[in-house]
Amino acid sequence: MEALADVPKAYTKKDFESDQLVRWCPGCGDYSILSAMTNALPQLGIPRENFVFVSGIGCAARFPYYMNTYGFHTIHGRGPAVATGVKLANPKLSVWEIQGDGDALAIGGNHFIHALRRNIDINILLFNNEIYGLTKGQYSPTSPTGLVTKSTPYGSVERPFHAAELVIGAQGTFYARTIDTNPKLMTEIFVHAAKHVGTSLVEVLQNCVIFNDDAHAGVTAKQNRDDFQLHVKHGQPLLFGKDNKKGIRLNGLKLEVVTLGENGITEKDILVHDAHNEDPALHLMLARMAPPHFPMALGVIREVRAKTYDEAIAEEREKITENAKYHSVDDLLKSGETWEIK
Amino acid sequence: MSETLVNGKKSTTELEKVVIRFAGDSGDGMQLTGSQFSFTSALWGNDLATFPDFPAEIRAPQGTVEGVSGFQVQIGKIDIYTPGDQADVLVAMNPAALKSNLQFARKGGNIIVDLDAFVDRNIEKAGFVTNPLEDDTLADYNVVEAPISSLTKTALEGLQLDNKSIMRSKNMFALGMMYWLFDRSLKETEKYIESKFKKTPALAEGNKRALNAGFHYAETIEALPSMYKIPPAIIEKGVYRHISGNTATAWGLMAAAERIGKKLFLGSYPITPASDILHELSRHKNLGVITMQAEDEIAAVCSAIGASYAGQLGVTTSSGPGIALKGEAIGLAVMAEIPLVVVDVQRGGPSTGLPTKTEQADINIAVFGRNSESPAVVLAASTPANCFEFAYMAAKIAMEHMTPVILLTDGYLANGSEPWKFPKTADMPPINLEEAKKSDGVYYPYERDAEKLARGWAVPGTPGFEHRIGGLEKQEKTGNVSYDPTNHEKMVRTRAEKVERVANYIPDIEVQGNGDGKLLVVGWGGTFGGLRTAVTELQHANKKVDFVHFNYINPLPKNTKAIFEKYNKIVVCELNMGQFASLLRSKFPDMNILSYSKIQGQPFLVTELKEVFIEHLKD
Ligand SMILES: Cc1ncc(C[n+]2csc(CCOP(=O)(O)OP(=O)(O)O)c2C)c(N)n1
Ligand code: SF4
Ligand SMILES: [Mg+2]
Repeated sequence: MEALADVPKAYTKKDFESDQLVRWCPGCGDYSILSAMTNALPQLGIPRENFVFVSGIGCAARFPYYMNTYGFHTIHGRGPAVATGVKLANPKLSVWEIQGDGDALAIGGNHFIHALRRNIDINILLFNNEIYGLTKGQYSPTSPTGLVTKSTPYGSVERPFHAAELVIGAQGTFYARTIDTNPKLMTEIFVHAAKHVGTSLVEVLQNCVIFNDDAHAGVTAKQNRDDFQLHVKHGQPLLFGKDNKKGIRLNGLKLEVVTLGENGITEKDILVHDAHNEDPALHLMLARMAPPHFPMALGVIREVRAKTYDEAIAEEREKITENAKYHSVDDLLKSGETWEIK
Repeated sequence: MSETLVNGKKSTTELEKVVIRFAGDSGDGMQLTGSQFSFTSALWGNDLATFPDFPAEIRAPQGTVEGVSGFQVQIGKIDIYTPGDQADVLVAMNPAALKSNLQFARKGGNIIVDLDAFVDRNIEKAGFVTNPLEDDTLADYNVVEAPISSLTKTALEGLQLDNKSIMRSKNMFALGMMYWLFDRSLKETEKYIESKFKKTPALAEGNKRALNAGFHYAETIEALPSMYKIPPAIIEKGVYRHISGNTATAWGLMAAAERIGKKLFLGSYPITPASDILHELSRHKNLGVITMQAEDEIAAVCSAIGASYAGQLGVTTSSGPGIALKGEAIGLAVMAEIPLVVVDVQRGGPSTGLPTKTEQADINIAVFGRNSESPAVVLAASTPANCFEFAYMAAKIAMEHMTPVILLTDGYLANGSEPWKFPKTADMPPINLEEAKKSDGVYYPYERDAEKLARGWAVPGTPGFEHRIGGLEKQEKTGNVSYDPTNHEKMVRTRAEKVERVANYIPDIEVQGNGDGKLLVVGWGGTFGGLRTAVTELQHANKKVDFVHFNYINPLPKNTKAIFEKYNKIVVCELNMGQFASLLRSKFPDMNILSYSKIQGQPFLVTELKEVFIEHLKD
């Protein structure tokens, strides 16, 4: 193989686009996510050959084919496990794992929570369209109760998962939420996720135009932007609405929406976002906010530093190596009780 | 000391081989007793094979049949390939041990019991209606009723030890008796005791006293018929060690990874009888080993696939139920054409089946157990020690041919152990990787080497080789996704051909016998010892029976057909309903391939095999 990198020092978006025809449906939210990603990667200063995109199965999971990086399109739901093996095999790699909501939270639910629990330093993107796209429109674990789909002709009777609750339940160290209609926010968050050391979970509210169109319109539609999107930033007050007049206040053990200037509310009453708080209680409350009574929180909701799985493994290896009795397999073969037949 | 006692006051009988079985409560230390006896015998120069028989329940109640732990060893002055059919000497430390192990004792053989343990409560717990020492249960055996517990107590008098510690030394008393009976030295075990109890001198002293007391007791009593002498075997010169199948598997994998300068990544989920491979590899993280106890078997195999994709040696280990879960992912490795070693330590099935018992019924799942046309290389180890060699070969083939390789071992090999003249890793065959190359400045992920048909292994982190692979059908050469019908057929055939061509890189099988036999006995995997012994004994009796044993299951060695053609009767012996026989019949439909099978969770007995072969020789 070639010793020298035949890549330019500074990458552009083009460097990350593969030559494969992109085959998502016209108008699918996945296109803008792909574009945000090819915008984000050149900002990271990581050699292109060190990026690996791993995925399971689904529309979302086709993503690696469209990236001009290393890519592995694996089997349904198992992407986090494959990505874990990739990262442990070579910790230098920047590993990205792309999942749909069915892939991540139904068939692959176990791997999803265990990746987060281990806090391996990979980035997981969850494309949440609240539907099974590739298999043509069955309800998913994130579909709202009542959703009419091919497999729920009378409406789903199940209760949906909220990704953030699983992330926090699994002791996740990074959770961010973004929407496919905001390329700038997506790019920012992808860069942010890449820099987080530990498992980064980015949930992208993605629109499936074919089987679940406008599922997120309550948040993403132009007319809802002001009132139902709250862009959180660490260290900043949780303000939203036209002219940032509305805010989130902690009242007892509950969040509430308040308006500056009404009932004597000033900026001092507004909760300041602390993404770095180890205690996830407020992160959970923020993540659970949803229309119609609340705006939806977008941005990095939780970002705490904890030892990663790969770090722990490296430390362990170092420690064991210091006191090692055997330095090769030959040493091992000779170890313990042996005898000679002469 | 014992050396001077070679001619004690009793007569000495010389034997070619002898089988000894130690049985007691899980807490009685029978495994330790058995391995000490084995080690001392190995040093003395005997050939031997051992097999531990653990209870399935971890902490079954004391004194019950469920809680009995056994250890069988066969030692000989001739080559020993199995732990033996039936015990010439059974040591039973309590009624439950007698109850569950009597089936393994040879009629006319010796049974040594701890008389003190045969009290009403224990007799009843074991499920005897009357005291077996007093009724005619043991009429066919020479029974030695030794008050082992009380004599141990007496021997340890005056030491600052509690009753529990004293009772725990009674296994050493029994061992001492066996050392006298088989004319063995106490030296090695005394050394072992001293090092084990370095920090507690009273325990060291206690165990040594018990060992010596047992030895002298055996010498004194009249109950034992005679001393037995098993002269040293003629064994190849060299340095030996004991090795179990699971340890050998772990080390073989490590040797391959070390040889090629890669990390060994193990993704595994605990399951009997495979867990010891995970345990063993987890001890050696300083030697380039990474182990991950995954959340399930699917994650285990998938993480191994990820590690292989990223350029290390990915391995996953399991047993039947776990292998069933891994099927889809193994198919991914077939499609993505990346190296993967899957170790299946077979156990009795289906479903949870007989977790601690041995069986060979996973040949079908290994060869065929995936959706669609999904060929994989399948190997089978045949002795505890050669698990090392075949684990190494599994890794070598996986990396050289860019394919998943399934290595079959079984519970019998995994836990069995034998002396092993271990190799130097430098003497193992070299591993030559197919390098990823560019043609005209472009890297094509599915460009193949002309001989093996293996594709190059381009690893993330290598500039200029960025590429995408996955489970969707590939266009030949470019590896791009392709739904083209003729391309699909071509790729299916190419993947099959790639696996078939592994046959060009494996050794021919060898016939044991002079090739003029009427009958060819065929075996594979862990039944080698029993088959080999049975055939050898018949050959010594001038019976026309030949033997081949398979370690390469898929593809088969190239000379298989030529060998089979020489015989008009072929009997395939296996611990399942005839899976390998079916496979062979499908490859060689014109041959007379018969099947002898046993499905009891137990290995073949040499005696039963000999009867079967003699029957086949009649017509
Ligand atoms: C083992 C297995 N079971 C089922 C499928 C079929 N399947 C493919 S994708 C999919 C669901 C996809 O939904 P999601 O993960 O939400 O991805 P989307 O297509 O919506 O992006 C299913 C059920 C499969 N490929 N493999
Ligand atoms: S089915 Fe839905 S998710 Fe899939 S590509 Fe089409 S629009 Fe996108
Ligand atoms: Mg979906």
